[in-house]
Amino acid sequence: MHLLLEAIDLVKHFPVEVHRKQKFLHAVDGLNFHIEAGETVGLVGESGCGKSTLVRLLTRTLDLTEGQIRFHSKSIGLIAARAMAVHPLRREIQMVFQDPTDSLNPRYTARQTIAESVRLLSDLRKSAEIDAEVEHCAELVGLQKELLDRYPHQLSGGQKARVGIARAIVTRPRLLVLDEPTAALDVSVQAVILQLLDTLKRELGMSFLFVSHDLNVVRLLCDRVLVMYLGQIVESGPADEVFHRPAHPYTRALIASLPGGLAGGESSESDLLIGGDPQSPIDPEPNRCRLLGRCPRGTELCEQQAPVLREVAEGRSVACHFPAGL
Amino acid sequence: MDSSIPAFASKADRPSAWAGRWNTLRYVVAENPLSLVAAGLFAMFVLLALVGPVLAPFDPLASNVGPPLSPPTLAHWFGTDALGRDILSRVIVATRLDLGIAVAAVSLSCVIGGLLGAFAGYFGGWTERLVGRTSDTIMAFPLFVLAMGIVAALGNTVANIVLATAIINLPFYMRVARAESSVLKNAGFVEAARLAGNGEIRVLFHHIIPNILPPMTVQVSLNMGWAILNAAGLSFIGLGVRPPAAEWGIMVAEGAQYIVSGEWWIALFPGAVLMLAVFCFNLLGDSLRDLIDPRRRT
Amino acid sequence: MNAGTAALLEVADLSLEFRTRSGTVRALEHVSLALPESGSLGLVGESGSGKSVLSFAVLGIQDAAARITSGAIRFDGKDLLANDGAAMKALRGRELAMIFQNPRVALNPIRQVGRQIEDVLARHTDLRGKALRTRAIECLSEVRIPDPERRYSAYPFELSGGMCQRVMIAIALACRPRLLIADEPTTGLDVTTQAAIMRLIRDLGREKGMATLLITHDLGLAREFCDRIAVMHAGHIVETGLTEDLFRAPAHPYTAQLIRATPVGQAKLENLASIPGNLPDLRRTDLPACRFAERCMQRQAGCERALPQHDIGEQQRVACHYPLIEPSMEVMHASIA
Repeated sequence: MHLLLEAIDLVKHFPVEVHRKQKFLHAVDGLNFHIEAGETVGLVGESGCGKSTLVRLLTRTLDLTEGQIRFHSKSIGLIAARAMAVHPLRREIQMVFQDPTDSLNPRYTARQTIAESVRLLSDLRKSAEIDAEVEHCAELVGLQKELLDRYPHQLSGGQKARVGIARAIVTRPRLLVLDEPTAALDVSVQAVILQLLDTLKRELGMSFLFVSHDLNVVRLLCDRVLVMYLGQIVESGPADEVFHRPAHPYTRALIASLPGGLAGGESSESDLLIGGDPQSPIDPEPNRCRLLGRCPRGTELCEQQAPVLREVAEGRSVACHFPAGL
Repeated sequence: MDSSIPAFASKADRPSAWAGRWNTLRYVVAENPLSLVAAGLFAMFVLLALVGPVLAPFDPLASNVGPPLSPPTLAHWFGTDALGRDILSRVIVATRLDLGIAVAAVSLSCVIGGLLGAFAGYFGGWTERLVGRTSDTIMAFPLFVLAMGIVAALGNTVANIVLATAIINLPFYMRVARAESSVLKNAGFVEAARLAGNGEIRVLFHHIIPNILPPMTVQVSLNMGWAILNAAGLSFIGLGVRPPAAEWGIMVAEGAQYIVSGEWWIALFPGAVLMLAVFCFNLLGDSLRDLIDPRRRT
Repeated sequence: MNAGTAALLEVADLSLEFRTRSGTVRALEHVSLALPESGSLGLVGESGSGKSVLSFAVLGIQDAAARITSGAIRFDGKDLLANDGAAMKALRGRELAMIFQNPRVALNPIRQVGRQIEDVLARHTDLRGKALRTRAIECLSEVRIPDPERRYSAYPFELSGGMCQRVMIAIALACRPRLLIADEPTTGLDVTTQAAIMRLIRDLGREKGMATLLITHDLGLAREFCDRIAVMHAGHIVETGLTEDLFRAPAHPYTAQLIRATPVGQAKLENLASIPGNLPDLRRTDLPACRFAERCMQRQAGCERALPQHDIGEQQRVACHYPLIEPSMEVMHASIA
């Protein structure tokens, strides 16, 4: 298994003005992780944890503040976001967006949307060849040919989602980032799309970074999972392990908050987050655990020393002074 | 979530795009029957602009085709003016000039203002500041006075009227284009376009601008009436088209001095037609807005 | 429903349609449900199934283009449809309350949250002046907002999504209503916040003896927080019953499919089911009697006939010709015409 993507000490700070003073919002604060070829890694976190920012850093639509990103051992972190669109590596890292309605140009037919990626990112030039590729891709994602000439407002949610997926895979990227791809879809359609993604992953040999706040969905599709909170990774490990034996209090709270909990898990009501306000991501205290105030297990040590992500078992890392069970 | 949009079982089920548009058209006309009137008037004006000179019963520039200052008769439906010219013919022929000036000015304004606004809204930064200050500067003047100033400085030609009208209308297009594109730049499909390999300029021209066209189109149709009035106004005060050219504004100016002495028809007919033209375009603009942008329906 | 239990809210055979320029949308058809004094009912269905339309009709705040073509809505025995605008206004906020999906949008952005609670109190009670403020702060602490005196003067934009939702609950419960309708109250909130809000609603319901109607598309949520569930599809109620009965042995094919499509406790991706097709276009004039028929995997000859209502046991009812469970007491109610 070789390394497809490596993120090293990734940092992204946004300048903000608070009460006329210049401060920084620590959206992503020192992330380290990797994705291997053919692997599906899940990224779990709630709103404000920085996963959208991380996704944009990885797809290079946003510039880094600090840190490195290595793709196939090539450093891509320094490629400017503006230059990435025309970079030869653009075709290797693609993304499926959360809201299929918002991510399709309302004035382009499905065919035009998919063909654009072909024309701009591949070597095909003849329109006959491009059309053939578009139709082949549509078939791969289960989109009937007749639907290709429709506009987004004439397509259902599931069909639009398929167009979004087709557009992303048409260049056969090695890394596909999926930003909550089924969040905007009805549960009746969710299963087909997830099964489709699973099939494509195996057929086309892609690696996935599957971003979601829905633990149930992540568990179905992912080999490994990263849990993010306020700009940091708090836990990582094989998906089944993390969900059935969660170590970090935040992961435990996530699982306990699920209606019905995850079947076979060990979280309970006592794991739920206690009622404090989440800490602010603006200029956070560097020597304090970010979950303090909501963590059911907070102590003085947590106030004085920020826990570091460290390996506690084979392939398992946690950032907590008092990880459960391990 | 839009599972309420029906998936069509077969191609035969799918209503054609035209059927949808026809229904919307019927609805708009039903809500506001005047829009049919406006459409009819618009067709008439376009016809007159295109083939007016052929339809005019008399040569608009020829004097003494009838007794001077004669009221409307069967021979001269709109009467004659002080030089014995047939007013009907002059009004018909003036359509081409007035509409032509308005169309030229609005097109110029729309394209330049739209592009500047789109750049400003999309790129922000100093582009936006520059365009913003330009727009503010123009709008700081009473617009008609500014037009007067431009024509007075550059000379009384049709080209300068077009230029002046175009300049004073720039801010409206800049504003609409800037507002729409600064909202659109955060849309999901814009980011998707970048991921598909579109550089920034391509994103602007292929994704942003096509999507700001609907509100711009509405702005154009609402602006036409104003542009016609502008051109006529400039001519009325002598800063526009020069005699003996037939133009509505000049004709109203020429006729104004005769109202007191009782020859009301010389100013009234050109004035009425001018009013009808502006009314027609404003109404058309409203209907177009209803058709194109249902959110803004009044 | 047992014949003996008095229902606080009863919807009987309600049909509602919208006249639009592209046709008449038959949004609700012969909808019946009942909610007892202090129970909780989950109204579950995909988006577009008519759940919100039903709740708006109960409160009398449906769209102006809506027409109720048959049926009745009874609150505490009184017919709500016979009420005029003034009578409904007196009820809303006082006896009937509702909280909505997007709390930030539902709150007035330019008014302090404490004052928004006071508005409701001033409308329906005699409290004035300082007493009003005291009571408003009490309401804020009842919904477990920390530091309520300070939060009283906060504006919605200063609060997080979860806090805004708590404020909305405080506004809804200020006058101790007897029925709370919660329309997707946690969609769009983080799952950790969702857990807290749902527990708050449940606890408050129990404390105050209030009936709760929870509208959601999330079957798992309904299962955890509701005693009874009514499943809606395309304007029809296809099944109602006690929560555990429904999950253990669903009678309607749609319920069964929904359960299999929800990824709670699923071991494998292959087992996850999807429901083919889409909600039918409710403008069609040729809508079949059973609106699920075209998507149903159990469809058989005879499914075109007018829909019956079968009672399964005492507490479960299903609208299907071939329910997955044999009705033990075949009590044939009047068919849906």
